[in-house]
Amino acid sequence: MSTLSAHELMFGYGPRQVLDRVSCALDPGWTAIVGPNGAGKSTLLRLLAGLLRPQQGTARLDGEAVLALAARERARRIAWLAQQGEATGELDARETVQLGRLAHHGLFAAPTAVDDAAVDAAMQATECSAWQYRRLGELSGGERQRVLLARVLATEARVLLLDEPTTHLDPPHQVAVARLMRRLASTHTVVSVLHDLPLALLADRVLILRDGRMCWQGRSDDPSTHAALVDAFDGAIRIEQFGGRAQVVPDVSGPA
Amino acid sequence: MNGDRAPAASLPFEGRTDRSRRARLLVVLAAAAAALTICGLVVGSQGWSWSAWVSDLAGDQAGLIVGQIRLPRTLGAMLVGGLLGLGGAIAQGLLRNPLADPYLLGSAAGAALAVVVVLAAASSGADWVGSTTAAWLGQLGLVMAAFVGALGGVLLTLALARGAQHTLRLLLAGVVVGVLMGALGDLVTTVAPDALRGKQAFVLGSTGFLGWGSVGLMAFGLAVALPVAVRYARCLDALTLGEDSAASLGLDLPRVRLLLVALLALATGLAVSQAGLVAFVGLVAPHLVKRYAPAPHGYTLVASAATGAVLLLAADVLARGLVAPQELPVGVLTAVLGGGYLLWLLNRRALG
Repeated sequence: MSTLSAHELMFGYGPRQVLDRVSCALDPGWTAIVGPNGAGKSTLLRLLAGLLRPQQGTARLDGEAVLALAARERARRIAWLAQQGEATGELDARETVQLGRLAHHGLFAAPTAVDDAAVDAAMQATECSAWQYRRLGELSGGERQRVLLARVLATEARVLLLDEPTTHLDPPHQVAVARLMRRLASTHTVVSVLHDLPLALLADRVLILRDGRMCWQGRSDDPSTHAALVDAFDGAIRIEQFGGRAQVVPDVSGPA
Repeated sequence: MNGDRAPAASLPFEGRTDRSRRARLLVVLAAAAAALTICGLVVGSQGWSWSAWVSDLAGDQAGLIVGQIRLPRTLGAMLVGGLLGLGGAIAQGLLRNPLADPYLLGSAAGAALAVVVVLAAASSGADWVGSTTAAWLGQLGLVMAAFVGALGGVLLTLALARGAQHTLRLLLAGVVVGVLMGALGDLVTTVAPDALRGKQAFVLGSTGFLGWGSVGLMAFGLAVALPVAVRYARCLDALTLGEDSAASLGLDLPRVRLLLVALLALATGLAVSQAGLVAFVGLVAPHLVKRYAPAPHGYTLVASAATGAVLLLAADVLARGLVAPQELPVGVLTAVLGGGYLLWLLNRRALG
């Protein structure tokens, strides 16, 4: 199982510093990265995936710098899901998921039975086998999101970096994805940026980013984490115990 | 069970992706190519006249007419269309834009400028070397100039975009190069107005000059460009996920993009140097393939080349036959047909 870590990462565009000396260790299990809009969550994920070069600091995978790895090896070990489903084009769902195997069989070789099995397993896990031959553009937002998630799973990478994996999903499917991440957490390192705080509290650990700085990392069931969350969102939420679990409730009682 | 039920814009051929369409399209294209080839050998200066055809073939000039003029021209038209169709499919995949055409990265602008410069030089140089020699030089020079100009235009675009790192930068650089070279070309024709007529002919496109030499050259070009492009087609598939997602799959995107741009330049340069700036074929061929038989790029590249070949041959046959013994510039026909297709698309509310 793999450990991803960030060491004093700094990244900015021009005068704007998006990430300021962010360090964290992302151990095996499920870590949710949360924070207000513009906190730098997606940027942190991109840096961890090796898609961006930090201005200072390093992202490391099991001690090795992520950017020092060969591109194909990095692709086999780290899988990244984009925040917005940018997918265009004429591929059907199965062909899209098969793209996840590129890191294994390469650009030129034909997929093997092993690749097909991985694609089947990935589509089953995200419940999109029923429309595997439908064109991606014909699917609804939620259906497409599940196909893109299957694409990530098909890579069989041990580290999964998911930027808002529950976008467009209705509650039953949000729950299904959360359950999937819980299952994967026992064998993978799952890091997901989530806007959905109730889902985030289902993770093992919560990492809070605000204004490019990391202001908290801790276990999701720790009361101090809950206090830090309320603080990070300026009291717009309350966290209460309900049915033996911590629940996030929007707090509309403040001044208008 | 599913979330919002709002699928993307409907296609005229709605429904599950039907993989059998892919084979069907190729069969239809092969049949159309065969039929049009026969038409291409039959239609001549008297249009589609049956008696003219019989007398042409029965006469002692048959070998010359068919073998030296109609056959190379027919094959040449298919090869030009094939190269443009391939170029269009590469451009649309690379730029992730269904309205891209192979001329977008400076190839057309560069070729047109080079042609205008040679024409201007030939017209003013005629006084020194004699008009026949100047005309021959002009003819030879035009083909070379157009090819070199096309490649030069793309090189300039790559230089301005600082390589093939970013798609948007590439596109913008192509637009800038197009505008700049267009302006320079206009400047040259202002100074040497004799070149204007030749430039017009080039810009409209013509299949009239396609001999066996052209056919051989273009066949070689297509035989090189198509297999290489198909080999890297999965990279274009990966790009449909988005640039960052494609990069996360371990692909060396900048290098492959550069290679694909080079193939695009080669295919387009060959086509425009032999037939001028034929409009719309590069845009419409891949479009038609993707609407009827959506598929990964390995298929789309081949089918687009085949569709382009059939489209241009059809336009060529029409161009020769419609107002016989006169010939319409083939570019006029492709513009009318291509423009008509786009108009139809607009009216269908189906801009998927």
